[in-house]
Amino acid sequence: MAQHRRRDVLKSGGVAAAAVMVPFAGTEQAAAAPDAPQAAQPRAVADLTLSVNGTRHRLPGVEARVTLLDALREQAGLTGTKKGCDRGECGACTVLVDGRRVKSCLTLAVMQEGRSITTIEGLARNEELHPVQEAFVRRDALQCGICTPGQIMSAVACIEEGHTGSEDEIREWMSGNLCRCSCYPNIVDAVADAAKVMRR
Amino acid sequence: MRDFAYARASRATEAVQQVARSADAAFVAGGTDLLNLMKDGAEDHDLVVDINHLPLTGIEESEGRLRIGALARMADVALHPVVRRRLPVLSQALLAGASPQVRHMASIGGNLLQRTRCWYFRGEGFACNKREPGTGCAALEGRSRWHAVLGGSDHCIAVHPSDLAVALRALDATVHTLGPRGARTIAMAEFHREPGHTPHLENALRHGELITAVEVPLPAPGARQRYLKLRDRATFEFAVVSVAVVLRMSGRTVEEARLAFGGIATRPWRSPEVETALEGRPLTERNIAAAGRLLVQDAQPREDNEFKIELAQRALQDVLGRYTGGSR
Ligand SMILES: Cc1cc2nc3c(=O)[nH]c(=O)nc-3n(C[C@H](O)[C@H](O)[C@H](O)COP(=O)(O)OP(=O)(O)OC[C@H]3O[C@@H](n4cnc5c(N)ncnc54)[C@H](O)[C@@H]3O)c2cc1C
Ligand code: SF4
Repeated sequence: MAQHRRRDVLKSGGVAAAAVMVPFAGTEQAAAAPDAPQAAQPRAVADLTLSVNGTRHRLPGVEARVTLLDALREQAGLTGTKKGCDRGECGACTVLVDGRRVKSCLTLAVMQEGRSITTIEGLARNEELHPVQEAFVRRDALQCGICTPGQIMSAVACIEEGHTGSEDEIREWMSGNLCRCSCYPNIVDAVADAAKVMRR
Repeated sequence: MRDFAYARASRATEAVQQVARSADAAFVAGGTDLLNLMKDGAEDHDLVVDINHLPLTGIEESEGRLRIGALARMADVALHPVVRRRLPVLSQALLAGASPQVRHMASIGGNLLQRTRCWYFRGEGFACNKREPGTGCAALEGRSRWHAVLGGSDHCIAVHPSDLAVALRALDATVHTLGPRGARTIAMAEFHREPGHTPHLENALRHGELITAVEVPLPAPGARQRYLKLRDRATFEFAVVSVAVVLRMSGRTVEEARLAFGGIATRPWRSPEVETALEGRPLTERNIAAAGRLLVQDAQPREDNEFKIELAQRALQDVLGRYTGGSR
């Protein structure tokens, strides 16, 4: 078989992946209106403003390849969000974007400009812990603690989403967060407790 | 991840132009597969075009069809009232996939284009024709628990990992696209390809072609639908075997059976022989067993994945068994 150039074949898996420079033919559906705004210029580095926990963080010179996770930790100095597997499998990097839980290792920081991000640092009100944080402490729902910020962020969303009807339901809807110390029984108890408090 | 440039597209045509213009460009939707592929060095792009601001998130029902925008998220589609009521097999397949966090991010278009979880493809330093054509296939003689027993070739036996695609195949969905040469539709049956001699070519899309929507004909209201996913742990795992069923019965007799399988084949798998064997006959344990044998008659198992031959037949028995009313 002919040796393909690595970059030719690394891209998408599509049939014409290696067919370069197909001219843009502009059919009826495809034609861009003449007054259409110019396409945004591709940039490898940009000054970003991320809205995190209600504060605008100006992050100068962020490379496009920087994940939201790395930008939070390395550039915004918010190290509460943890880096576990960096592949979306462990959940340690869970944050809320516009109120929905996501894995911050699987999205680029530059993609999140204009969204509202909540991290573990944004839960407590001054000295007063969030009910989920409170419940994790009371139920002793951690050992080493590395997964805990992600567990708590995920639990906050899980309760908001209304998936705490039973122990099984909590386990299913918290399944995106692994705990290698295996504190699952206590985590489930903490989520159930916090759900009761938050429902009040 | 290697350095790349980023652009945010505000119009579909502009996104298509930007990617079509450069052989090393890719769209990004949720990013949940693209970022992993780039981190693992399985893909390498100079330009990433963000399509998340395109107005492609809508879900609309009209004339017996549901049109799902390519940027609708797995979580939103799974919980959409029409999907829950009229397309339970789709809702179940989506909820059986990934984790709540990933489902909030992952889009329908991106899901169909996710790449195999073959560990040799995702790893570094293995022979892999998908990752680097012409280098061979480490899975043929290697660990193949997650690999295909159907639809493989001497060049690749990787499974397509999408649960969504299996459900959409059973539902006879179509994929709408906008490409450098305009808009077109592609049937799910033609969307994913078997590896043959060119495992790096996985689907019918041309470079720069954007998925805009997926359209699903709504099955007749009485049709039975179910998605069964068997995996190595209780949840948050890819399928070793999965089955999507859309079944129309008249009394005890099968009028129409649409069955798609995941985990066992190189692409979402349907077998006309299996469906014909069931149609027009009473749904009994014995008839299901006969259909199951047809499913695996051409299977090419390896030491690690031989169990799928038996497991796929049992999965079929399980998924249809609840509709037999106990008939043997
Ligand atoms: C930990 C984990 C577990 C998972 N488990 C499962 C599972 O059990 N079952 C399952 O089915 N999936 C599973 N997945 C895969 C997940 O569903 C996919 O990663 C996701 O659906 C991809 O969608 P996306 O929007 O994030 O795509 P992206 O990562 O943004 O893109 C994926 C590919 O599609 C292309 N693309 C995206 N949108 C379009 C479009 N509209 N038109 C043309 N090209 C496009 C991109 O260029 C890229 O090549 C899992 C993923 C992770 C990380
Ligand atoms: S099965 Fe396919 S993806 Fe896996 S190593 Fe072989 S060629 Fe590569």
